[in-house]
Amino acid sequence: MLEKFPLTQYISEDGELVNPEVKEMLTLDVLKLFYEKMLRARMMDKKCVNLQRQGRIGTYVPYEGQEAAQVGSALAVEDGDWMFPTYRDHAATMTFGHSLRNLLLYWVGRIEGGIPPEGKNIFPPAVPIASQLLHATGVAWAEKKKNTDRVSLVYFGDGATSEGDFHEGLNFASVFKTPVVFFNQNNGYAISVPMEKQMNSKTIAQKGLAYEIPSIRIDGNDIVAVYMETKMAVDRARNGEGPTLIEAVTWRYGAHTTADDPSKYRNQSESDHRRSTTDPLLRLKKYMKNEEIWDEEWLMTTEKNITNEINTALEEMKDYPEANIDDVFDNVFEKPTWTLEEQREQHRLIKRGQMS
Amino acid sequence: MTTAVQVKKLTMVQAVTDAMRTMLEEDESVLVLGEDVGKNGGVFRATEGLFEQFGEERVIDTPLAESGIIGTSIGLAVNGFRPITEMQFLGFIYPAFNQLMTHATRMRQRSMGRYTVPMVIRAPYGAGVKAPEIHSDSVEALFTQIPGLKVVIPSNAYDAKGLLIASIEDPDPVLFLEPMRSYRSSRTEVPEERYSIELGKASYVKKGNDVTVLTWGAMVPDTVKAVEQFEKNQKTTCDVIDLRTLYPLDKETIQESVEKTGRVVIVHEAPATGGVNAEIISVINDTAFFFLKAPIQKVTGFDTPVPVYSLEKEYLPSSEKIIHAINTALSY
Repeated sequence: MLEKFPLTQYISEDGELVNPEVKEMLTLDVLKLFYEKMLRARMMDKKCVNLQRQGRIGTYVPYEGQEAAQVGSALAVEDGDWMFPTYRDHAATMTFGHSLRNLLLYWVGRIEGGIPPEGKNIFPPAVPIASQLLHATGVAWAEKKKNTDRVSLVYFGDGATSEGDFHEGLNFASVFKTPVVFFNQNNGYAISVPMEKQMNSKTIAQKGLAYEIPSIRIDGNDIVAVYMETKMAVDRARNGEGPTLIEAVTWRYGAHTTADDPSKYRNQSESDHRRSTTDPLLRLKKYMKNEEIWDEEWLMTTEKNITNEINTALEEMKDYPEANIDDVFDNVFEKPTWTLEEQREQHRLIKRGQMS
Repeated sequence: MTTAVQVKKLTMVQAVTDAMRTMLEEDESVLVLGEDVGKNGGVFRATEGLFEQFGEERVIDTPLAESGIIGTSIGLAVNGFRPITEMQFLGFIYPAFNQLMTHATRMRQRSMGRYTVPMVIRAPYGAGVKAPEIHSDSVEALFTQIPGLKVVIPSNAYDAKGLLIASIEDPDPVLFLEPMRSYRSSRTEVPEERYSIELGKASYVKKGNDVTVLTWGAMVPDTVKAVEQFEKNQKTTCDVIDLRTLYPLDKETIQESVEKTGRVVIVHEAPATGGVNAEIISVINDTAFFFLKAPIQKVTGFDTPVPVYSLEKEYLPSSEKIIHAINTALSY
């Protein structure tokens, strides 16, 4: 199956263009956009890990190393399309328009953190594994029924492919030909379980074969490959040609979460090695250097702007009004039931010391 | 001037179909989804004729995958549709429990109202039709514990139509349980026109003075039969109340009746422990404690899986057990 699903690359690890057909598309503006969005995601991720270490946010789920997979795919959809992230896909959602402030709020345990800006169709991050594939399929199905050309882009990890909902999602999408792009980030581990213990299949892409869904396996650290292949899948979905399964092979440098110790189950020197060889930002930098269009001054300005943006978001998070218990009671049903109203009232009275 | 209301005598399953047809006609966004609901018209014929009338875009035969049916319906519901999904039997819903527990019922809160899930899950349930194992489970209490889910159970055709229409209109997820044993056991006059019955409201099946008997689903006719048998040659009489909605419970009606009678019997076919009976007792504790003249009695199934059909009659609350409970409440 490895031969049937070769790893598609557009830019090699040395920064050489493997697929010269895209040369024209790779203008300086496009390359800078790719780099800037990945850098922004990385800086935000690092900031969040630091904030967690300082005890300023709760347990956090890092994605460093997966920036090309998330940013490249997120750039391939447009306003009006739908995104279904997991808890690890903030690089994708922030690229698609989620606010940095709300991302920070999510990790300080605020409901507001899961809510996208008005007009951006982003679901709250799915915590259960693979369940969101069905929502993406259902939402896309609704778009098809409404005769629009909107598509769903849904993220999931390698472990998710062991869940029944992965297969049910692919099956429903295949049967009803819904406009959905299944975007798998294969980072090699489902928490501590390596891919070879997760499945006997050599690839995840091959699982699409069973459902007659066009499937590809791409280098998830090559943002050009990710962007181009996702864009093609999105276009196909938009044109009524149904779903696509994309396996983006990547690597996460850090832990599954900040509460996890990856040295227990994998050799961390592998992460160090990958940082200096297959890193997604490094790869694009190498390409731009080879093309002699790398601009150190631009990088410094960009870094400074991103730092300012993150600091502003952090300030906004700190200044955000306190969490309100009414939000919990008010949003269970459109109209709270009598049980909710009674519980709210009793809670309120006891807090005010008015209960005898 | 009044217009004569056209009524027809329907079985409960026909009333369920009638409610879906009414809503499919009225609202383009209403869809029916499930295994066998299309061409076959459902294993109980609950969707009979709908596929022919509304076509495969609105009455949809899906793959056999309960999580898939509920999961994709969540997406459809968030994105402008009102899916009515059919679980072939309630005992088959377990693979979809995750979608119900972690997404359908939490979407409104997790998105602070940005995304809502106006969907109905219909499921036949309950023992007494000689079905194979798993088909007869009465596990309503598993669902009354899920925050964000309403649980509705009709016991006759009139209520089935009105409650199902109200459930479809409800802006939040509703689990609509249909007692299989009552599907065709009787006919009730059902208006042809559209009407709805407010969720969360119980109804008096019969009125009395001395004991409050609370029940729902297929146990309603059984309970009435037992009560009638009990009341023969006696001066004591019972209120029989069909709760109809198990979440939220109708606190007022329960309180009103218990204040009058001071004695309570709860009848349900689900297992005893952690059943809805416990929640009803809690409501009575909160609202009518000082009116009680006897400990609350309960008649339930056993804390066992519903037995296969050679033994299901032993499992189901019998007239004998119901009368025994009423007598115990009275003689305390």
